[in-house]
Amino acid sequence: MNLLTQPVGVTHFLVVGAVMFVCGVVCMASKRNGIGVLMGVELVLNGANLNFVAFASDWLRKDPQYALGLDGHLMALFVIVLAAGEAAVALAIALNYYNNHGTIDVDRADELKG
Amino acid sequence: MAEINWHTFFFMMFALITCASAVAVVFTVNVVRMAVYLIASLLGASGLFFLAGADFVGAMQLMIYVGGTLVLLIFGVMLTAQGPFVSMKTKGGEWIISAVAGAALLAVLLSVAVSVPDWQGPTEASANGTGATGPARTATPIGMALLGARVDRPNAPGYLLPFEIVSVHLLVVMIGAAYLARTKKRVSSPSLAE
Repeated sequence: MNLLTQPVGVTHFLVVGAVMFVCGVVCMASKRNGIGVLMGVELVLNGANLNFVAFASDWLRKDPQYALGLDGHLMALFVIVLAAGEAAVALAIALNYYNNHGTIDVDRADELKG
Repeated sequence: MAEINWHTFFFMMFALITCASAVAVVFTVNVVRMAVYLIASLLGASGLFFLAGADFVGAMQLMIYVGGTLVLLIFGVMLTAQGPFVSMKTKGGEWIISAVAGAALLAVLLSVAVSVPDWQGPTEASANGTGATGPARTATPIGMALLGARVDRPNAPGYLLPFEIVSVHLLVVMIGAAYLARTKKRVSSPSLAE
């Protein structure tokens, strides 16, 4: 029961953030569905947000004077806002791709291949 | 048995939800199920934000990400849906390359995450020494900082300029997305035999 009695620190949050980030990267690299690639992008951005919030917290580290504080929270907020905007434009692009090719499979986009 | 630290218990619960859903997004082939697992992962991330003391960011994650961006993604899934028997599976060779790259990246990130002793966790002294106790109330300081007045740290820069820039950026994004996604003629789908 050692796991449930020790307080969590920045390390624990960083581990969860790293798992989310790597899952997002593998999603971006391996999915054939264009919307699946966009979901990978969302996972990557959320992994980064978790890191920002973990470094911003006053309660997770041995020396709270080094915490980012409000700066980390504001960075996370701007990441959320920009990710929402990017998802909107990326979905508009995906819809155009679907209308032009008849499929959302990104492997079919090989007309520029030499 | 020693007393259970409930903060740690809830952290483990939300971390399990988040990580399991993120791995499920990678391994699911059906894109609608991927969207549902992504919603679960982001809900878990929101819980983790609250546990780290970021109450405003956690609430914004729920409103903007789960309630907005993911609904948009599901609309995208529905608008680009093809026939029910089309399956887009990744080939084996590509899986191996992605897995090797992902494992290498995960090894680098984890080795950094566990390496700094200051990050391992708070001590009794650090929790009580600098007044970092009590409930986290970040909404008013964030609002004041976005208008240029920092109330948490003296002489820290405000965030008025990024606020204005992001507002104009969102306007441009809205106009651009509305123009790009306007109704156009659609090419018919390729045959299912391909």
